[in-house]
Amino acid sequence: MEIPFTVAERPDTGLNNGKIGIWLFLASEVMLFGALFATYLMMRTGAAVWPRGDSILNVPLATVNTVVLISSSVTMVMAWASLKRHDFGKFRLFQGLTVLCGFGFLFIKYLEYSHKFELGLFPSKNTFLAIYFTLTGLHGLHVIGGMAVNAYLWGPGSKLWKTDPEHFTNRVENSGLFWHFVDLVWIFLFPILYLL
Amino acid sequence: MGNHADIDRHVKTYILVFVTLLVLTMVTVAVSRLHLPVHEAVAVALVVATVKGGLVASYFMHLISERKLILWVLGFTVAFFFFVLLLPLWTHWDPIHY
Repeated sequence: MEIPFTVAERPDTGLNNGKIGIWLFLASEVMLFGALFATYLMMRTGAAVWPRGDSILNVPLATVNTVVLISSSVTMVMAWASLKRHDFGKFRLFQGLTVLCGFGFLFIKYLEYSHKFELGLFPSKNTFLAIYFTLTGLHGLHVIGGMAVNAYLWGPGSKLWKTDPEHFTNRVENSGLFWHFVDLVWIFLFPILYLL
Repeated sequence: MGNHADIDRHVKTYILVFVTLLVLTMVTVAVSRLHLPVHEAVAVALVVATVKGGLVASYFMHLISERKLILWVLGFTVAFFFFVLLLPLWTHWDPIHY
């Protein structure tokens, strides 16, 4: 049985099913991170002392990571725009760059984490590190999830372009929406954890 | 979004948003080095982050031209998000002072 409204708009919503599905999923993701941000707020306002993030964390590395993630958002949207222009070669280039940026982000995160562990700074050390590892760890898992979908669409999933290009373009748009959300979360995590 | 001219126009916007995001990232880092008092530092950081987030949501996620249904869903989500964020304040109104 074929899934309905993957390309055509549903008459009642005015959207295809994939689009409404990804936005509802992102709404639930907002609440997931919202709960953790609220936890951070409670921990911080309730603590007698709270360290400035830059006294413990590596701001230059995190700044580079911010640039990497913002760049990946641009390459992602350019990948989608390339499909809209019917330029599959450019799509492969930009989608590949997006996945590479994801690897770059994770590598820098690995450097940060491993340095903390070398210094004995584990989540159990104090409340700041517990919330830092929880928030960045969950965000990192989202990066890995987004990369997996983007890599699939770059590789085997791109076969759909030959048979149903519009459906494939919608899939890239939806995976892009998730990827931009991951970028958006980092835009808030960066100042909250590293700079304040 | 339909024809190539439309897409070309949007690509220019994406590049402009990208440059703005980079500049705002540098602004965030530069302001943090001023070591402002906590309240001012939080306010500046959150305002800049909100502008950056707004640019990503509006242009990269196309919310600026999205259907009303999506905007309604997100409107409710944002309202509940702020409700959850404000919940910790209740802990400060705890009548049992121990």
